Amino acid sequence: MPVSASRDPLDPAVSVRDRRPRRERSAAAAGPGVDVGLPRWLWLPAALGGVFVLLPLVAMVVRIHWADFPALITSHESVEALTLSLKTAVAAVVICLVLGIPMAVVLARTDFRGQSLLRSLVLLPLVLPPVVSGMALLYTFGRRGLLGHTLDVLGLSLSFTTAAVVMAQSFVALPFLVISLEGALRSAGRRYDVVAATLGARPTTVFWRVTIPLVLPGLLSGAVLAFARCLGEFGATITFAGSLEGTTRTMPIQIYLYNAGSDPDSAVALSIVLVVVAVLVIGVARVGRSAL
Amino acid sequence: MKKSLVRPLFAALAAATLLPLSACGSSDDSASGGSDTTTLTVFAAASLTDTFTEIKKEFEAAHPGVDVKLDFDGSSTLVSQIQGGAPADVFASADTANMDKLTQDGSAQAPKDFATNVLEIATPPDNPAHITSFADLGKSGVKVVVCAPEVPCGAATQQMEQKTGVTIKPVSEEQSVTDVLGKITSGEADAGLVYVTDVTSAGDQVKGVPFPQSSKVVNTYPIATLKDAKNADLAEQFVDFVLGSDGQKVLKNAGFGQP
Repeated sequence: MPVSASRDPLDPAVSVRDRRPRRERSAAAAGPGVDVGLPRWLWLPAALGGVFVLLPLVAMVVRIHWADFPALITSHESVEALTLSLKTAVAAVVICLVLGIPMAVVLARTDFRGQSLLRSLVLLPLVLPPVVSGMALLYTFGRRGLLGHTLDVLGLSLSFTTAAVVMAQSFVALPFLVISLEGALRSAGRRYDVVAATLGARPTTVFWRVTIPLVLPGLLSGAVLAFARCLGEFGATITFAGSLEGTTRTMPIQIYLYNAGSDPDSAVALSIVLVVVAVLVIGVARVGRSAL
Repeated sequence: MKKSLVRPLFAALAAATLLPLSACGSSDDSASGGSDTTTLTVFAAASLTDTFTEIKKEFEAAHPGVDVKLDFDGSSTLVSQIQGGAPADVFASADTANMDKLTQDGSAQAPKDFATNVLEIATPPDNPAHITSFADLGKSGVKVVVCAPEVPCGAATQQMEQKTGVTIKPVSEEQSVTDVLGKITSGEADAGLVYVTDVTSAGDQVKGVPFPQSSKVVNTYPIATLKDAKNADLAEQFVDFVLGSDGQKVLKNAGFGQP
């Protein structure tokens, strides 16, 4: 369906190409009331894909020792890791919103030479292996990095701090927010902005009163995606921030450590907690989105 | 409207899960041999990467038609892979605890010790915090990175702290020696505790600071053939080769001690 494809936040190319207002596109896609139906052969690979995604989750749930489960997830290390993960992910999403909303608006509402190249570069963390993102951050903000000396003069040391965890998470999660919001902005079009401006609203008023309210669902999706990405962040964090209980050891790092340190039971238990948190976030976002 | 949230979530979750995988890549560096080659799969602790790659070359030169496939990872990871049915012929562990897990459940037979390793302090080449002794690691303001107690090098670190009475307050507890070295080579940390062989293989990237108490905690490396080995004879020959003069020479050059 071209309609949903154009709203796919991971495919900006589509939304760039298709700038017709949403209603026009829907009409073209739906056709004159004909039920197209699905090709039957589609079901087999779709079902296989579903099994492929769900079976590992089932395997993990089966692996849990339910008797020990409460003790495992309430251990000091687990609670510290969960608290740290939630705190840093919230902080990182706030940073993503502050920087990402303006970025998405600029990318969606302007048209200049080299814009697509700029977009690709800005969204690069999306395709970079997280370890590479961590190294890039290290070479920028690390003690011997590009800005290391400046930070040192200011008395700031980022490595091995919780702030470094938040930075690593923001870095990898930002593109998720930008890309979904940009898609939403392009789908929404400029018609209402133009009307508001014609009626005498200043750009700032249009932005807050028209543009943003129109794309709130897309913004929420983007924020949820970014939050989920932050919760799962591992490679950039371990490379840039390190791993110390209560300071930089987030859930994924604690899980990896449990697993590497021959305590797979704790690793599985904590993984389930992470899955539950992710499902909760998605659920809350869906409820919030349909309420919008 | 509802569905449009689920779709991007799935897409992004797929991206998020696939991306880290691409970082791992494939560690299979063996050339695909002809039909007349015999393949021997060796699982070895990550700290043996350089030495076993060297030993593999020598073993292959001495045994034409044999293709040795090496898989390096943390010892405990390799143990769970072997227990999960991974097709390995030989296992070389970085500590006895992990080998014991395999002998207890019968998957490994008669392990033999083939090397020892001790801890050494690693600092950036310019040694910014002027570390000269193990006690220096306990000073406040020194950014020390160690292995987490859950992994073998971290356990060794803890023992060393107990034996020397020095308490280290690390800025980070990493999950492997490699991660500790990474923090040193990037200059983020002032000092780290790794194995003496890691300092040797890191070359100019780090400066090693030996300390006399290091001999108090000695890590022993055992090697064994596995019960499910496809080619038990060849597996046995590889173990003998590691224990023999050729293998021992390679290990000694890398800084390993003899058991």
